[in-house]
Amino acid sequence: MSRRAAPKTDIDILPPVFRDWFVARGWAPRPHQLELLRRAREGRSTLLIAPTGAGKTLAGFLPSLTALHERPKVNRPGGRGIHTLYISPLKALAVDIARNLEKPIAEMGLPVTIETRTGDTPLHKRQRQKLKPPDILLTTPEQAALLLSATDADRFFADLDMVVLDELHALVTSKRGDMLSLGLARLRQLAPNLKAIGLSATVADPDALRAWIMSGAQPKALPEPPASPLPGGERDRVRGAAAGRVMPPHPVSLPSPDARPAKRTSPHRGEVGGEVAPAPSTTLRAVPLLHPSGRGEELADLVVVKGGARPDISILDSAEHVPWSGHTARYALPDIYRLIGEHHMTLVFVNVRSQAELLFQELWRINTEGHPIALHHGSLDAAQRRKVETAMSAGKLRAVVCTSTLDLGIDWGDVDLVLNVGAPKGASRLAQRIGRANHRLDEPSKAILVPANRFEVMECRAALDANYIGAQDTPPIRDGGLDVLAQHVLGMACSAPFSADALYAEAISAYPYRHLDRATFDRVIAFVATGGYALKTYERFAKIRQGTDHLWRIAHPSVAQQYRLNVGTIIETALLNVRVSRSAKQGFAGRGGRVLGKIEEYFIEQLAPGDTFLFGGMVLRFEGIHENEAIATRAADAEPKIPIYAGGKFPLSTYLAEGVRAMLADEKKWKNLPEQVSTWLEVQKRRSLLPKREQLLVETFPRGNRFFMVAYPFEGRLAHQTLGMLLTRRLERAKLKPTGFVASDYALGVWGLGDLASAFASGKPSLAQLFDEDMLGDDLEDWMADSYLLKRMFRNVAMIAGLVDKRHPGREKTGRQVTVSTDLVYDVLRRHEPDHILLKATWADAATGLLDIGRLGDMLKRIKGRIVHKALDRISPLAVPVMVDIGKEAIAGEAGEDVLREAAEDLEREAMGDG
Amino acid sequence: MAEVQPRYDDGRQTTLLGVAGLVFEALPEGALWWADEGLLVVADLHLEKGSSFARRGQMLPPYDTAETLARLGSLVARLAPRRVVALGDSFHDDGGAERLAARDRATLAGLQSGRDWVWIAGNHDPRPHGLGGTCVAELSLGPVTFRHEPRAGGAMGEIAGHLHPAAVVAGNGKWVRRKCFAGDGHRLVLPAFGAYAGGLNILDRAFAGLFAPATFRAFMLGDRVYPVSPRLLRRD
Repeated sequence: MSRRAAPKTDIDILPPVFRDWFVARGWAPRPHQLELLRRAREGRSTLLIAPTGAGKTLAGFLPSLTALHERPKVNRPGGRGIHTLYISPLKALAVDIARNLEKPIAEMGLPVTIETRTGDTPLHKRQRQKLKPPDILLTTPEQAALLLSATDADRFFADLDMVVLDELHALVTSKRGDMLSLGLARLRQLAPNLKAIGLSATVADPDALRAWIMSGAQPKALPEPPASPLPGGERDRVRGAAAGRVMPPHPVSLPSPDARPAKRTSPHRGEVGGEVAPAPSTTLRAVPLLHPSGRGEELADLVVVKGGARPDISILDSAEHVPWSGHTARYALPDIYRLIGEHHMTLVFVNVRSQAELLFQELWRINTEGHPIALHHGSLDAAQRRKVETAMSAGKLRAVVCTSTLDLGIDWGDVDLVLNVGAPKGASRLAQRIGRANHRLDEPSKAILVPANRFEVMECRAALDANYIGAQDTPPIRDGGLDVLAQHVLGMACSAPFSADALYAEAISAYPYRHLDRATFDRVIAFVATGGYALKTYERFAKIRQGTDHLWRIAHPSVAQQYRLNVGTIIETALLNVRVSRSAKQGFAGRGGRVLGKIEEYFIEQLAPGDTFLFGGMVLRFEGIHENEAIATRAADAEPKIPIYAGGKFPLSTYLAEGVRAMLADEKKWKNLPEQVSTWLEVQKRRSLLPKREQLLVETFPRGNRFFMVAYPFEGRLAHQTLGMLLTRRLERAKLKPTGFVASDYALGVWGLGDLASAFASGKPSLAQLFDEDMLGDDLEDWMADSYLLKRMFRNVAMIAGLVDKRHPGREKTGRQVTVSTDLVYDVLRRHEPDHILLKATWADAATGLLDIGRLGDMLKRIKGRIVHKALDRISPLAVPVMVDIGKEAIAGEAGEDVLREAAEDLEREAMGDG
Repeated sequence: MAEVQPRYDDGRQTTLLGVAGLVFEALPEGALWWADEGLLVVADLHLEKGSSFARRGQMLPPYDTAETLARLGSLVARLAPRRVVALGDSFHDDGGAERLAARDRATLAGLQSGRDWVWIAGNHDPRPHGLGGTCVAELSLGPVTFRHEPRAGGAMGEIAGHLHPAAVVAGNGKWVRRKCFAGDGHRLVLPAFGAYAGGLNILDRAFAGLFAPATFRAFMLGDRVYPVSPRLLRRD
């Protein structure tokens, strides 16, 4: 049939029992729910983009529920295999969805079994699930990978008809997404008629997601000759042609459900809700199969739900003094408390756990009304979290202080206010959180942003503008990680013997791996087998071997065991249980007491017994470490002795950075800022200057016996950190004796003993030379050779790829004896085989991840010829925040001879004094 | 008791330290040099650690033995010791000596030729092997005893390995973690020399009670060896 003028899908498409169910509740199915059903019946895969509250979950499952309702019964021992696989990034979300689905299933009396399978699922239940699979299985990417690596994967998934991918926008930009794309490609091998439904919040580039969903849909029938891989473009064309259908390149509107005249929407990408006010509207767009740009990738269908009332977002206008720096937003506490009192149910979002702890404690300190306020973050014990969740859906709470564990689409009760403390850091994240405030499309969501410092005020303002104009800034989908591919290859070998040709074809059919060349793929296989080293000494220890039938298979069952322990791409820092013992007197014997949650090992290791710290909303006294547990008792102290310092976890997004720069440059925009912030900018303008949008301002001034340089690139802490490392190298070479630097999301401060201002003035070096792009060449190479950050990244790559075993906190007794320092491995590998595939993978991560080299490169390009230098005789207002950070932010582990020399001199002084 | 104050000797560009009244040089490479005796001491080479892990499915780069021997080789070439003492855990496991590649075997033989070579047994490599030199449980020379694992309680004149000491100091807004020697004038624990041998913070419980607090120093490895007061040391 033609989709040229996509007709309104009639409610008749629903089986009677479903129609009756809707009617009985006084509901009508939403157009996009019916639309998804129709497409699924046509055997098509679809991406649904919808704001929270649009009934995404039901839309995603309606096709499965109706199909299961209509499916004839079979009398096969064990019944049939899984019909629908649902994958979510969060365990909690899977559990939540199961709960939500059980209700309609029960009410309609559908013959549908639904179960979750997560890391917490007990062994006996997992075994039973294998023997008698449920119709719908809800799980995570890691569990899906495990199921696919099992020897019975082909039987288990033989009946699979539908895969539902929830929160897809959050998954695809991570290594978990890479893993899932390979898994999806494999699922389509096992069940060739598989349909996929992707559920997503609004994204910048829906077409990338549409192509991603088709991972595995068109694996090349013929393997390519190993030596000469086709160039990417050509391959894409071949695959595009295979799709075989050409659709008109313009989108089509569907009439809105209340039968008002259909609204023509522009094909502009990345539109979000809130287009029309005041009347609520839901507009559907059906978009044709092939990408209009002729990119030629096969794309899933697209259904977009727009509309929803315009959210009501403001920035907290506090009478209190907004601090220069810091992340606690303590100044706003009375305001936050007042707002909680004025609303029915408030979600207070913060960026990191330690902030959540702090805020929670401070709120209770002033909680004279005794409002039920709870705490929810990822380190808390699952049972604790579950308790909060239950209390929340039962409407027993007035506020929950939470981190991103609540970020993803869990449906909560009647939240009528979202407070976002600290900078939202990315417009998409903000949109996501605000979605929490309301799960009815036609009521405006209410949100208030609470900036923690003055730069954050500007960032919040930019985020707010972004939300109104609907700009979105989800990072683009990167090429898939080779470490993830290595893990997948081993998993596939555990499942069944494979042919390299076929597995290569399957791998490149996964969207993130579409550019993967055959030579690299073969190196990955060699890596999995023996490490893939030029020096071939591990043949006898090979994990997978190629038989005379040319198929690769695991060498020993223990390899599969090892794979299962190491599966996954989330590298946790080592965590210890926090157990609250009733009394310290019994010492370590006094185990008992409850486990509050998990805390980072590195944090606990810096505590001495007797130190107090904040956890689970309590001040705890640290008693000691016992095996994998940190034993603590409740302390009477009001203030913890050891503060946890943690800034924002996420760097400033490119989009908001742009917004903040624009705001600085344009005085007209200041009227939207709180007065104390606009005054701050005015003083800055008088005392120094404010850069134009494309300019980079560099200020220099003396202070104490040092010379400072502060630059304001607004490119996020990671890129600034990298820039700081590289600039200090250059200044060192110019004999300007740099002694340190500090990087924030907004600025970079460097200081040293040499007079920077006069050096720049005389061109020794000039600022243009100092900031030249060529720093990304040799300087970067040199620095990376010994970079702590790169080593950390290598460690993650090594664990994901299976070079070293993942740490399993709790399961290891004497970790130090069975592990090897990946830092040392990195040093040796870099010296002896610098082009090894794991170093290649590490470099790729560095360029986009922790070092943000990509962004730094773009910035250096942008500011070429646009650097303005202001030589000052004292610190400028804009420089205060970054200067305040000095001493709080430590740059770890880089060339430390100066530190060592000072420590040794200290000893000499002590020795002289003693003598 | 003759105490030797640890110090950096500008003339010799080296850090001197005392054990049981004798003077040793702590080398930035992590080895100990007893100039008067022409004796070079290294601890915890952990040769063939890579292949030991590979046997269990973790394919570490197979270059660690060559790397460790090359580092040792450059010291031997520079100092021309009359005797080399390896303080145990020279091989990561008892099969390590057999797995040694022909090339590395030849390198080792070259290092041994023309000098005494003493392998002290460690917990990783308790069995004697046939790789030249003598395999012994421990070795005493005058007032000092060389053994793998430090003995509990006060030991006068003990030079040991086993614990892989490392230390952390902070300053100038950064922290630095390095392998180190740990000593108090009576006992000295050497850093691990092997390319894949890591470091354990000397504030860890494993070091508890080994050193006299008043004279305890960490000797951190860098461009030179830096004696550091325990007052400045940090946990990881």
